[in-house]
Amino acid sequence: MSYEFLQILWFILIAVLWIGFHFLEGFDFGVGMLLPFLGKKDEERRAIINSIGSVWDGNEVWLLTAGGATFAAFPEWYATMFSGFYLALFLLLVGLIIRGVSFEYRSKDAAPAWRNRFDWMIAIGSFMAALLLGAAFANLARGVPIDENMMFTGNLFTLLNPYGLLGGLTTVAIFLLHGANFLGLKLEGELRERVNVFAKKLWIGATVLYIVFGIYTYIAGFWARGFIDPGIAPIAAVAVLLAAGYFINQKMEGWAFIMVALNIVLTQVTFFSMTFPNVMLSTTNPAYSLTIYNASSSQYTLGVMSIIALIFVPIVLAYQGWTYYMFRQRISTDKKTLVY
Amino acid sequence: MDPITLSRWQFGLTTIYHWLFVPLTLGLGWYVAYFQTRYYQTKDEAWRKMAKFWGKLFLINFAIGVVTGIVQEFQFGMNWSEYSRYVGDIFGAPLAVEALMAFFMESTFLGIWIFGEGRVSEKVHLASIWLAAIGSNLSALWILLANGFMQAPPANSYVYNEANGRLELINFFALIGNPKGWIFFWHTISDGVAMAAFLILAVSAYHIARKQNVDFFKRSFNIAAVSGLVAGVLIFLGGHTMGQYMAEVQPMKLAALEAIWETEQPASFSLLTIGDLSGKKEIWSIRIPAAMSFLACNNFTCEVKGVNELQATYEQQYGPGDYIPLMIVTYWTFRIMMAFGLAMIAITAYFVWANMRGDITKAKWMKWAPWILVLPYLANASGWILTEMGRQPWIVYGLLKVEDAVSPNLTTVDLLISLIGYTVVYGTLAVSMVYLMKKYAIAGPDAAMHESVDVAPARVGAQD
Repeated sequence: MSYEFLQILWFILIAVLWIGFHFLEGFDFGVGMLLPFLGKKDEERRAIINSIGSVWDGNEVWLLTAGGATFAAFPEWYATMFSGFYLALFLLLVGLIIRGVSFEYRSKDAAPAWRNRFDWMIAIGSFMAALLLGAAFANLARGVPIDENMMFTGNLFTLLNPYGLLGGLTTVAIFLLHGANFLGLKLEGELRERVNVFAKKLWIGATVLYIVFGIYTYIAGFWARGFIDPGIAPIAAVAVLLAAGYFINQKMEGWAFIMVALNIVLTQVTFFSMTFPNVMLSTTNPAYSLTIYNASSSQYTLGVMSIIALIFVPIVLAYQGWTYYMFRQRISTDKKTLVY
Repeated sequence: MDPITLSRWQFGLTTIYHWLFVPLTLGLGWYVAYFQTRYYQTKDEAWRKMAKFWGKLFLINFAIGVVTGIVQEFQFGMNWSEYSRYVGDIFGAPLAVEALMAFFMESTFLGIWIFGEGRVSEKVHLASIWLAAIGSNLSALWILLANGFMQAPPANSYVYNEANGRLELINFFALIGNPKGWIFFWHTISDGVAMAAFLILAVSAYHIARKQNVDFFKRSFNIAAVSGLVAGVLIFLGGHTMGQYMAEVQPMKLAALEAIWETEQPASFSLLTIGDLSGKKEIWSIRIPAAMSFLACNNFTCEVKGVNELQATYEQQYGPGDYIPLMIVTYWTFRIMMAFGLAMIAITAYFVWANMRGDITKAKWMKWAPWILVLPYLANASGWILTEMGRQPWIVYGLLKVEDAVSPNLTTVDLLISLIGYTVVYGTLAVSMVYLMKKYAIAGPDAAMHESVDVAPARVGAQD
């Protein structure tokens, strides 16, 4: 396999990892953010948590794998992005930490104040993670100041530009909607009714933000600066989001979920095709950008990693998929069946 | 303080903190899997209770280990970007494999174990705890192989690429066959078992001394005493092997942990050495003749190189600079690790012996026994401080110095924010964790069968 083929392959594999992560953790973050607003009674909150209880940790590993794969396949990208987005990533980590611990600890004490505190930590942690991820990706699409030594020359406030913030908020809104759709599939009874009402409202906000964000991207010229024209992907992304609105209104929960999931996938496809072959665009001078060619590992390492990925990715997909199948039933708020 | 110092403190603190939780995860998973296997085979309800009770403590501890692990993976890029550029071609691979092979396995199957009881078949439920335990120990293997490269990069695994100024992998099998990594792995997974054994011993002793659930805790105590003894001996053998390999690949670390200033043949083992404040000059010491030669190469006559000679050699090889680790730290952490490790072997040996001799449940020492839990925690922390501080000033031994590895774009303010932030978040988590561990450990096995130990009985009833 030629060097260039491997570099392209790993760009695609990392894109796939991010797509998987956004699709899976997207609803986890959404469920987390909805938790204190949707669940009134303790059993309801527990049922909401249990809808993702058995899978959220495995979903989060998609992020760790994306990070590890970036380190292995594009060390320069990993080094520049992680050191450059230092404080943003620090806050993202804090969000992930408080959220992850809270899932495990919130039911380990019966005091309502204890449980409420951890429920809010789940919500706040999920919100921080979604916001910062969205802002980080928007900034990658926009470009960031990078000098000729591949060094990020901005700071946290460089990332907090209007486009980055709008990207963050749009991501939060889409994940909220995604989470509500997921809960519509996993809950039953009154709680399911309630989440369907939530989904309707969330859809309006998410759609407005998404379209504004899309127009901003287009007008600001962050569009098609790479080799690949995203083509119909962004248009399809808007179309499926509109279709989701129809299905939410018709209470066709399965289709609504699929449509928003497709929107997330298509958004990521758009992002990665807009970027290619750059991995980090320099606003200082396009010539300083990190690309799949100047940021990648050696041919040998990419080759070894390809073989490992070829063996383990199908295995992981098989058992993760099987878990979803295993826990496919709806979750009731009946205390007799709730797992704590 | 400058960014390098702050980055080093942050790496040290977050890593030691992470390591307070990981050994217990590594070891206790095996015990829970074993107890559940015994239940599966015998259908004896007592085994099920043991799996549940120790499983609860496992999960409370696991939660913090897993979330602090994310920080570990991210901070190579965040704080050590020059390091990441220099060795990413080599070091990134084991990290990616760790996530792909081990983290997915551990988290997915643990999820099935927690939520799957009654939903998946008993066999699948049992398999899930085994797979989770294997997954977490596999993750230890990959990260230790990565660390092994930093400690002792195998010469045939990499080349220096002039064109882009970095190290590149040329032999993956040399990387994953690194003896340093495998010795670490042996030392570490047996340490996990010993850590878990000591938790079980301490909690069991607490209850036995109070005559609560004596049968349950006596059984736990005996299993932990025997396995803890075996693990303790394995740790010792692993450590001994490591010492000999260190003499070969990291002679400076070996000399520094022993405070050997001048090359000796045969080398004596220092029981106690007092240096001056700089930690770099010896004032007074008590030594056992030739014992150090035995530790370094298994005979009583070999030469062990001293710090001064090594410093001179390194200056010739790598240019002027200080190649001596902070001796006061390496010397004392080595002693704490050794002393506590040996004490752990002695204590478990005594427990096993006492148990063969008669009824331990009436022993007077039982009420003091819970305090032994301090030993593995201090030994674990000392061991890693020794390993990492003994590598200084190198981040990759002989190839890259720590001072050249830090992210150049970070400011003191960035680092103060993150360092203070981590301290506050980690401190708060530790308080919640200790509170819950204590509560669940003290509440005993019957309460572990319910939602939460302090839930009112009427509501608990509904949980059965």
